[in-house]
Amino acid sequence: MGEHNIRNFSINFGPQHPAAHGVLRLVLELDGEIVERVDPHIGLLHRGTEKLIEFKTYVQANPYFDRLDYVAPMNQEHAYCMAVEKLLGISVPRRAQLIRVLYSEIGRLLSHLLNVTTQAMDVGALTPPLWGFEEREKLMIFYERASGSRMHANYFRPGGVVMDLPPELIDDIEAFCDPFLKVLDDLDELVMGNRIFKQRNVDIGVVSLDDAWKWGFSGVMVRGSGAAWDLRKAQPYECYEEMEFDIPVGRNGDNYDRQVIRMLEMRESVKIMRQCLDKLRAPDGQGPVSTLDGKVAPPSRKDMKRSMEALIHHFKLYTEGFHVPAGEVYAAVEAPKGEFGVYLVADGTNKPYRCKIRAPGFAHLQAMDFMCRGHMLADVAGILGSLDIVFGEVDR
Amino acid sequence: MNAELQALSDHIASSLGEAVTARDIAYDELTLVVRGQDIVKTVTFLRDDSQCRFVSFIDICGADYPGREKRFDVVYHFLSPQLNRRIRIKVEADETTPVPSLVGVFPAANWFEREAYDLYGILFSGHPDLRRILTDYGFEGFPLRKDFPLTGFVEVRYDEGQGRVVYEPVKLSQEFRNFDFLSPWEGTDYVLPGDEKAKA
Repeated sequence: MGEHNIRNFSINFGPQHPAAHGVLRLVLELDGEIVERVDPHIGLLHRGTEKLIEFKTYVQANPYFDRLDYVAPMNQEHAYCMAVEKLLGISVPRRAQLIRVLYSEIGRLLSHLLNVTTQAMDVGALTPPLWGFEEREKLMIFYERASGSRMHANYFRPGGVVMDLPPELIDDIEAFCDPFLKVLDDLDELVMGNRIFKQRNVDIGVVSLDDAWKWGFSGVMVRGSGAAWDLRKAQPYECYEEMEFDIPVGRNGDNYDRQVIRMLEMRESVKIMRQCLDKLRAPDGQGPVSTLDGKVAPPSRKDMKRSMEALIHHFKLYTEGFHVPAGEVYAAVEAPKGEFGVYLVADGTNKPYRCKIRAPGFAHLQAMDFMCRGHMLADVAGILGSLDIVFGEVDR
Repeated sequence: MNAELQALSDHIASSLGEAVTARDIAYDELTLVVRGQDIVKTVTFLRDDSQCRFVSFIDICGADYPGREKRFDVVYHFLSPQLNRRIRIKVEADETTPVPSLVGVFPAANWFEREAYDLYGILFSGHPDLRRILTDYGFEGFPLRKDFPLTGFVEVRYDEGQGRVVYEPVKLSQEFRNFDFLSPWEGTDYVLPGDEKAKA
């Protein structure tokens, strides 16, 4: 027997692979079936969002945030609006806060439904995504009925939200909650209890808590490793303080724990949504849905017809936009995928000077190499799925 | 809140000595300006000191201020889950002097520094793999610099004849329209000739 010519095998995973969750190119170096090195090539969906924002007024920049993590658009807008509000020093009326929290939680459902069920698809099941997408469809209709758009809502604006919710919509969301919990029970049984799903996910992609912090993880990725860290509890924004909900925490930091947490978080989100709906109906939940500061939020159509001042405000807001005092802030929200932050530098004009978007997926994806090393090739898709990557926000 | 931040700021400044050149608390956020050569020392201290414990890496980004002598800011964000506090560190940099890399302290710094290099051309010394990350393969220039035009320099299209994607200089059928909307809407003191007579 002569010497065998042994060499590592390099393969390209993506950029057009269904399990890559978008346009990701992974250069994998394999030793047999064992992954030796992963080099993710990102940027295939880079649109220069941050540069574009520098050339838009503060309100015009808002829709770009829908296009980052297009699975849960309003959560992104939320971080941006909070950054602008912090710089302007304005507060958001209570009804607007409730609506924001309600729709942030709907966004969380949208994102987790997609992730958990497609994770099942990545490891070989086809039914769960179909069930999940049926529910997502209903949620997107709630988006549409509030904002007029199924995905790119542009609904949260600095100062509040753009329109009030019709009362029937509040009833319909309420009616959605109970049957949805039943669907979650079904999904729990179908996915989480499934033997193959467990075989493919338990003890795969284990991350210790120390590593999770060091690699810049946030959201479900640190909760899966055992930290009870949630910005909604730790640094409550809007009216999360008065909401009652629990933070599910994992123990093993593997793929399976993360998916279980996502399933449980959906139940907590429904709890929060219910509380929001009750509060929206209560007398102290009535009132304006946007700040009454005419220099920031546009006047109502009705006022414009009667008041000269309102007309001038409307004209100025939609041509010049409002000016934001110079300064720099960082505002972060607990987006479904982790901590979504906006570092906003204002120079006193009507356009942001610098807007850095801190996307959770970017930090998570870079840990692919560290998480996949020593795993089998087939686990790469599973680990990638459990990171919950959306390329809109990774590539910006 | 501000008193606690002030105490934290004092603690860091007294421990690090002259590495910290400026500190500021605005919008309930603590910002420290640190000398470039001391960044690794500073961040290691912030991570390991028992009163800081900024163990969670959040963000590194660049920012361009072309008017300054050292035109770039490298802005670091960290989070201390134990104190439930955030901190922002800024380091000034220019096009030629590299900033020490943080990859040894936080492995997550890797991609974030690559991004700052890609978009601004800020160099990081000791970085294991300082490649472009977000822009196209073979891209030239640093797109987030203020002197880089929004429309860029090249555009791509698929060429049927050559059977591949080709790069060509940007041709715009209409110039990019950047209206200057800045106007003194509120709070401007219009001085009209002759007004001073009314006060006298």
